[in-house]
Amino acid sequence: MRQRLLILLPLALFMVLGGFFLAGLGRDPKVLPSALLDQPVPDFDLPALIPEKGGLASADLVGGVTVVNVFASWCVPCRVEHPLWMRLAEDGDVRMRLVGLNYKDRPQDARGWLTELGDPYTRIGTDADGRVGIDWGVYGVPETFVIDPTGRIRYKHVGPMTEATWTDVIHPLVRSLQP
Amino acid sequence: MITEIGHYALALAFAVALAQSLVPLHGAHVGRASWMALAGPASQVQFLLVAVAFASLTHAYVVSDFSLVNVARNSHSAKPMLYKITGVWANHEGSMLLWVLILTLFGMLVGTFGRNLPPSLKARVLSVQGMIGAGFLAFILFTSNPFERLPVPPVDGGGMNPLLQDPGVAFHPPFLYLGYVGFSIAFAFAVAALIEGRVDAAWARWVRPWTLLAWSALTMGIAMGSWWAYYELGWGGWWYWDPVENASFMPWLLGTALLHSAIVVEKRDTLKRWTILLAILTFGLSLIGTFLVRSGVLSSVHAFAQDPERGLFILVLLALAIGGALLLYAWRAPALRAGGLFTPVSREGGLLLNNLLMATACATVFLGTLYPLFVDVLGAEKISVGPPYFNATFVPIMIPALVTMALGPMLPWKRGDLAGALQRLRLAFAAAAVTALVTYAVASDGPVLAVLGMAIAVWVLVGTLVEYADRIKLFRAPLRDSARRAANLPRAAYGMTLAHAGMAVLVVGVTGASAWKQESLQMMQVGDSVNLSGYEFSLLDVGQVAGPNYTTRLGTVRVERDGELIAVLFPEKRWYPVQAQETSEAAIHSNGMADLYAVLGEPDETGRWVTRFYRTPLVPWIWAGSLLMVLGGLFSLSDRRLRVGAPRRAAQGSGLAPAPAGG
Repeated sequence: MRQRLLILLPLALFMVLGGFFLAGLGRDPKVLPSALLDQPVPDFDLPALIPEKGGLASADLVGGVTVVNVFASWCVPCRVEHPLWMRLAEDGDVRMRLVGLNYKDRPQDARGWLTELGDPYTRIGTDADGRVGIDWGVYGVPETFVIDPTGRIRYKHVGPMTEATWTDVIHPLVRSLQP
Repeated sequence: MITEIGHYALALAFAVALAQSLVPLHGAHVGRASWMALAGPASQVQFLLVAVAFASLTHAYVVSDFSLVNVARNSHSAKPMLYKITGVWANHEGSMLLWVLILTLFGMLVGTFGRNLPPSLKARVLSVQGMIGAGFLAFILFTSNPFERLPVPPVDGGGMNPLLQDPGVAFHPPFLYLGYVGFSIAFAFAVAALIEGRVDAAWARWVRPWTLLAWSALTMGIAMGSWWAYYELGWGGWWYWDPVENASFMPWLLGTALLHSAIVVEKRDTLKRWTILLAILTFGLSLIGTFLVRSGVLSSVHAFAQDPERGLFILVLLALAIGGALLLYAWRAPALRAGGLFTPVSREGGLLLNNLLMATACATVFLGTLYPLFVDVLGAEKISVGPPYFNATFVPIMIPALVTMALGPMLPWKRGDLAGALQRLRLAFAAAAVTALVTYAVASDGPVLAVLGMAIAVWVLVGTLVEYADRIKLFRAPLRDSARRAANLPRAAYGMTLAHAGMAVLVVGVTGASAWKQESLQMMQVGDSVNLSGYEFSLLDVGQVAGPNYTTRLGTVRVERDGELIAVLFPEKRWYPVQAQETSEAAIHSNGMADLYAVLGEPDETGRWVTRFYRTPLVPWIWAGSLLMVLGGLFSLSDRRLRVGAPRRAAQGSGLAPAPAGG
């Protein structure tokens, strides 16, 4: 009898796993948990990555539209989206603040990365142990949040920002949120 | 026209696969020879049809036929020919077609060369193979058709991700698929054996070469992937514990276990149920790997275009294949009787311990990879699991696995003598102790784990060599006698020695690269120099050069040591205008003992350049060790005992007969 049960164990485990897969299919890891949407940003205060630019805290995200970009030097897709942020920062025609949240990274690596590829951010907070990332529901990097002038999260994009997403979704949203 | 032929051939292949999965199976059940005999020709026709489909898609890529959605999205007319061809499988639809091409190729090989298989076993194996083929062909035809046309073809294509335009990554997927799909044969044999209700030495001798082939190809594929990450991502790292890397690593771990447990089935007629279960799970993990990459359940760097509908289709396939096989297992496995008994300290015991450790390591990686999904589904927060988890859990399991790796081959079958085996390994123990002391003295500021890593690598290497020397009675018999023994040793024995030595070399590389990597990051003007642990790196020049479909900024870096020229490195930063994307091409100089690695970055306003230099000791050993392991696998595969068509149930009797001495 015991042996019979042991033989059934792989099948039982697989069925549980299949259930998880099925449940996982329905949900997109890229979608913001509804709990965070339209809520004020979590309370946080991060030290600066680059001292001259200042760190990042909840208070910095009120008054004006802010785009928070979560990035890390070890993250390959961040490299892919980086030229877009550089261009937006250089053009300066979009009225928004672009701030960086450096996630689970070594500060010296992150600074090197920004010197190498350019630094588009107005402020950068260092979240070396990923604690603040957890509060924000960061799933993977890169991620991009849009914060309205009252400091509420209005949108989350997971994965590298593409030209299409920017023009079709984020840019219109940023404009509509402007006071 | 050619495209339509390809599309039609694919639909026909689906029909043939359906016939192959039903007719021979029923024929075997009712004992009708003519129905069973259909399996062979069906597998050949199915392969030919898929090959036609694959060739016509390749043709569309070569001539840049942008009326195909797939070509328009993933190719570009200015792309070098090599990447037009490799572009065929650098996208979701094409890679699935390659997957099925390899699947049908293997089915065809079994169908053509399996003359010595008992007809009912052959019919059932090919039927199972046909079912897998039918499932994946349906997946391609209904959800991922590479032959879809565009009403208005664009003038030029969207191009291929520049990161993938690289010879290393171009041939990485075919090797991975050879591995994944190779395990499908072991799976088909396992399911067929469950239906037949018998597993014997001849069965194991059929499963082993396919497992060896799959394992060698997978080892090669994983090594190529990590080599690509090393030089293309520009960070000097070689393994990132990314979900997709893990997806290929998990079948490798279980495949390694399967490789070893099949030996026990062959030689000692025991561990049958476990081996069958391993064969099912190894292929299951290959399928889950496919599922994870394509369903969007987990995010990853490597992710293909993700689509829940495709994910659902693959999930159903997975449930049918693995769920069905495990159900059959639960029903039929109790009928499989174990043969030879053995004590814990014996060759069987050693192989079983290897199996348990590999399976545990695999479970650890599995848990880490899927934990974010579990947590998410259970309604907690969304999280990610990173390298610290894997380093903290995987390494402690690998240490006993490596320690026993030298010991296991020393033990005889059935009942071993642990004290005697340890005594024969005293040379290995002494060498490991000396290595630990030397490592500690030379690199006392490094991590303690590095001392352990080097000692264990030497333990495995010397232990493996001692075992080989024992076998040929080196220094205990006249040299000529030893040479004769060496020549007569079966190839499989050389395979084991090579693969185990390869593992030791790999451990040296991993230890060196993890513990003693040095790096320096700085801004440099042309003409500046920096010193990195005694090496003088000077930036001599930065110039613009045009490539076929990119422009590149080419740096020239001279490396000197004590005034003596070591190397001139040419790191590049490439710009691909079609995709508006940059890639960095690291320049690497290797002398076998350490790599010098240079990366060129962006300039600042004052014309200074960001440069990054690394010196990573022993890192080439990682790939040298992997290659040795592949070589070991191929050596074993060439053993005459395993040659395709060689196993004969009747002629070989108990399966204990050693290979006849090669003349």
